[in-house]
Parts: sequence; C-alpha cells; structure tokens
Amino acid sequence: MKRTLSILVENKAGVLSRVSGLFARRGFNIDSLAVGETEDKAVSRMTVVADGDEHTIEQVEKQLNKMIDTLKVKKLEDTASTRRELILVKVTAGTAQRGEVIDIARVFGAKVVDISPTTLTVEHSDRPERIDLLVELLTPYKIKEVARTGTVALEKGCGTIGLKK
Amino acid sequence: MMTGAQAVVAGLKKQKIDTVFGYPGVAICPFYDALVSSGIRHVLVRQEQNAGHAASGYARVSGRPAVCVATSGPGATNLITALATAYMDSIPLLALTGQVATDLLGRDVFQEADITGAAEPFTKYSYLVKDPADIPRVLNEAFYIAGSGRPGPVLVDLPIDVLNASFAPKKGDDAPRLPGYSPTVRGHAGQVARVVKAIAQAKRPLVCAGGGVLAAGAQPELRALCESAGLPAVATMMGIGALPTAHPNYYGMLGMYGKPYANYAVHQADLLVIIGARVGDRAVSAPDALARSTSIVHIDVDPAEIGKNMGTTIPLVGDAKTVLGQLLELGVKADCAPWLEQLNAQRAAYRPDFAPRPATLNPRALMRTLSLAMADDGILAADVGQNQAWAAGNILMRTGRFLTSGGMGTMGYAIPAAIGAQLAAPGRQVVAVCGDGAFQMSLCELATAVQSGAGIKIVVVRNHTLGLVLEHQDKCYGGRRIAVELGDLPDLCALAAAYGIPARRISAEGEAGPAVAALLAQPGPALLECLVSPDEVCP
Repeated sequence: MKRTLSILVENKAGVLSRVSGLFARRGFNIDSLAVGETEDKAVSRMTVVADGDEHTIEQVEKQLNKMIDTLKVKKLEDTASTRRELILVKVTAGTAQRGEVIDIARVFGAKVVDISPTTLTVEHSDRPERIDLLVELLTPYKIKEVARTGTVALEKGCGTIGLKK
Repeated sequence: MMTGAQAVVAGLKKQKIDTVFGYPGVAICPFYDALVSSGIRHVLVRQEQNAGHAASGYARVSGRPAVCVATSGPGATNLITALATAYMDSIPLLALTGQVATDLLGRDVFQEADITGAAEPFTKYSYLVKDPADIPRVLNEAFYIAGSGRPGPVLVDLPIDVLNASFAPKKGDDAPRLPGYSPTVRGHAGQVARVVKAIAQAKRPLVCAGGGVLAAGAQPELRALCESAGLPAVATMMGIGALPTAHPNYYGMLGMYGKPYANYAVHQADLLVIIGARVGDRAVSAPDALARSTSIVHIDVDPAEIGKNMGTTIPLVGDAKTVLGQLLELGVKADCAPWLEQLNAQRAAYRPDFAPRPATLNPRALMRTLSLAMADDGILAADVGQNQAWAAGNILMRTGRFLTSGGMGTMGYAIPAAIGAQLAAPGRQVVAVCGDGAFQMSLCELATAVQSGAGIKIVVVRNHTLGLVLEHQDKCYGGRRIAVELGDLPDLCALAAAYGIPARRISAEGEAGPAVAALLAQPGPALLECLVSPDEVCP
C-alpha cells in the first residue's frame, strides 16, 4: 500500500542524508522522495511516497518524528490532497511517429519541449497516476530517457501541516 | 575572546562535568590543551572503545550524561562500538571527537574519518562544528538531547581549525535551538485513567519493568504502585533492580535466560503493563502471539517503541517516573488474589541449581555467594555471555545496580563500565564479572583502574572457552565446535601481578566464600579467577 507523507524538516546540511539513512536502516521501501524550501527559509518540506502495510507506515511516521531535525510529519490521504509529479520523457520519434507522439501529448495537455530529427521530449505535470499512464502510452515509441521528480503534495482546503508560529 | 577549545571546556563546566574519559591524538590536542588546569579530571583509557564504556558506567550511576573523548580517524571509529552499545541501551553519553581542518574535509587526509556519517545509526544526534561561535549552543543542545526523553549518545565532531579559532561569545548565544525536539514527560490523562481501569478489571495483571524505570529513577514509584495496588512484577535484564529481588511482589527476570516462573507469569497474564521496556527479542521471543492473547499496556517515553514489536491495547507516552506518579495519584487497585497465589506457588517451587561440582565451581552458586557478600548498594557490572546469564539470574538486588550491555551484547563492557561506575561513586562497592573471553577484550584497562584509583573488583568466570557460542554450536550446529577454544593463556594471576593487582585463582566450592570476602575487602583493584566447567549451560 502506497502512502504519501509530508515532512517538515529543518533546512540544514545533512538532514536529507539522515532521513534516507533512516529509511535504509529500517528497511522502509521508498518509492520517491522530493525535497525543497518552503515559505520559511529555515524549513524544508520533504514529500515521501512509502510502500508498506499499516504497521510499517506507522513506524515510518514515528521514526521520522523521533528525528531531532524533523518538525512535523503528516500522512496525506490521496483523496484529500493535491498530488503532483513532473516528468520529462525523451522518446524516439522520426518523421513517421512524430505526429502520434504529439497527439498523445495533446490528450494529456503535455508540452513538447525539445525536438530533434529522431527524438521528441515531452514535459508534463499531473497526478502521479496520470504520469504513469503517459509513460505507458509512450512506451511503444521506445523511450530513451525519463526524469521524474517524485510526488509533491499539499493538503486540500484551507488546512496546512504548517507549524504554529 | 575565546578559542573553540576553550569554549568546549567552558561548555563542559557549565554542565558540571568533572570527569572525562578519553585518549588524545593530534587532531584533538587543542581541546586537551584547554583541559590543562581546567579542573576537569581526564581519565586516560588504553583503547577508545573503553572510554565510551567507562562513560556509560559513569552515566548510569550518576544519572547524567557522561563524556568520552577521542581523536580523529581511528580514535573516533574506535568509539563506534561503544556508541552503538549505549544507543541500544539508551545511555546518555556525549562523545567529543577530533577532526581534520575544515578545508581538508573530504580529501582523505591523515586520520580523517567521516565519523558523523559512520556513527549516524548509533547516535541520537550528531554535530560537525564549522564555526567556533556555535560551540556554546552545540554543547548545551548536545547535553540536553543526550539526557532527555529517551536518553542516548550524542556526538560532537570538532575540526582542529575550529578548536584553534577565536570568537567573541555573546550572551544568550548558547540557548538551545531545537524546534523539532520536545519529549513528552507527562502522560495523557485519559490514557492514564484507562490504565487504572484496565488494572482494576484484570484478573491476572502483571507489570513488566524495563531499563526505563531505572533511567527515570522511578524505582520508588514502581515499588509504591506494586505495593499499594497489590500488583505482581517481573523485570527485563535491563530492569533488574527496579524492585529489590526479595520484594514479595517481584517475580524475577523474564525472557531467554529468565526464571521459569517469570515467563509463566508473562504468558498467563491477561493484562501486561510494560513500563520502560522495548519488548526486545531476548525478553519476549514471540510478541505477536503474546499480543493476541493478552491486553497490553505500554508505557514508554519513546512513542516509536510503542507498537514497534508488539501490538498495544493502551499506549501511554511519558516519563516513567512522572507517569507512575500520575497512576499513584489516581489510585490503582488490582483485584487478583488467586493469581498472586498461583504465582507465589510457582515461585516457591523453583529450585535453583546450586549443587556443588566435583572439580570446578558452580557459577550460579558463585554469583549468589558474591551477591550476598556485596554491600546492599553495591554495583555489579556483568559482561556478555554465560557469565551475564548467571549473574542476572542469581544476584540479589537490594539498593544496588546491575550494569550490563543488554541490547547490543558487547563483550568487554564490564571492566571499563565498572571503572566508570566506581569513579562516579567512589564510596560504593563495584564488582565487574566477566568471562575469560571478555576479560581479554578489555584487559588493557587494568592499567586504567590502577592509574585512576578505581578500586574495582574483577571476578573472571574462566572456562577457557567462548561459553555461550560453544553452547550454541552444541545446540544448533550438531556439536561441531569451531573457534571457541581460548586455551589457558594468559596466566591471569601472573597478568594481574604485572599490573600490581592482587589476584587469586579458585576452583573448589569451599573456596568461594572466603575468596569472595577477601576480594571485597581489598582496598584497591583486585581480581578473582574462578574456574568453571565448559559443560555448564545457561541459565
């Protein structure tokens, strides 16, 4: 079962290494990890998609909370959060396939951001499941390279997992 | 203006540290220079790992974080086992390590080691200081982290140029900045009430006390609870001493080398109240099965431990002393007279094996004799292996302490830990018990004991083998023994004499009483070698 965790950590050297070390050590399966600054320069947000049963996810949350550098941890429900991922996909597309690839991109609302005589690079940001679908549809066109950011997510509505000021 | 090194010393003095255990090297020399005429006593060990173990013994007895120091590179990496040992048993330690200059970091220069990276899994937190002005705050924070919540080791890595650099300390600069760390002390009132109700309704309630009770200094509250509520209690190995052994409500140590009546109690209970214990696999081998048949109350300061190994009916996060106080305030009453009768019968029917052996000593009887001869508040540091099981199973705790490496099972712990314990409590009796394997891992510290004036008594349970491994090979590998024969070198009495330490060897049952009495009466360090058969099994 995949769960998305939103983790606020102190924006300090070594924190990312500590978190990934924790996951490795405890045998937690991490599908993706995205980290960046927040509205507060002293705080970074990590969005982690972890794979495990109820008990494992609970332990992941508790062990993260235990870390000195962790400020807050929240499990985000898929239906109650806005989840996005960005992908760049370079596919093989000569004159014959170019049109088909562009059609697929158009269906998703994806952009073509690079072109060469034999390739096209498609850029898209969407829910992670839609990104997976885009990759599936582009696979027949021999994907040369993929770069995905991993999921970032925020709670829907007016709530935040922010810290009390 | 002050240098980084002076700031470290000032930081230690602010925490009222009067003793550090360590081993110098070039990278950490600026700190050592600042120690001169600082009033802080430095105890020179003979191997850095033992500085960590000594600090561990000191911390356990003093109840406050203790300090160990090593230089960069191999000095620091030698500390790792000691840090891991302390981490597993939640002992508050501060490790100060030297480091190469900041502009040389990452260039693999002489005696450079990424100790903050290497020690990461074994420390509660670590710092690599790059600005001397951070030192006052870092030390404040390090002590706070080490000694609060679930205690543990904290490492501060100090590059040599940072130690040598000067800065102007500003008032208030040393205030801790730990927005992500606030341990829970007081238990949730609702959960506390649920626990009281659960105990009242249980027919066969049982308290299980772990090391957390001792770390919190909650022995009086635990005793008051068991007495006023009429509750029976068992202890994990780390919890030995939470109740005096002879207390009517105490039913022994549970687990792999525990008393059969203690394990009976654990498996027959309908409510298990775990306080300050983490459900280690040596204490409870099948936690899932137990959780299915028994209601579990888990009281611990570390929320991550609750539910980690065993499903919990009533979780309660908080400091053991505070939470026990809250329970006492509400008033706890158990109603389990038939259960207590059952347990009393089981306990009374138990016959320890103290039978004399033909040509060697019975190690169980030896431990009992030693324990009876020790002062009420004596401190026994046991090593790891068969001697640990025999010590844990046969000592009688009154108001003393039992120190051992429980979680990590680190051989060589007892002697340096005993030295640390002795220096923390110079007026108390301290005895280290170890096998001949463990003795050889830490025998270099005999010099430390003599040089520092730590008058520890060392009992070596000698069977010329790595006893527990041999037992394991016999049981699980069809008796195919390999790599467990230590042989009869060294001559322990000659070795002790080389250190100026009085020593004696015994092998006959009748010799034990007088030899132990004579050992304990020695004013300084002394050693007693006790020959035991390699055929003895645990417990």
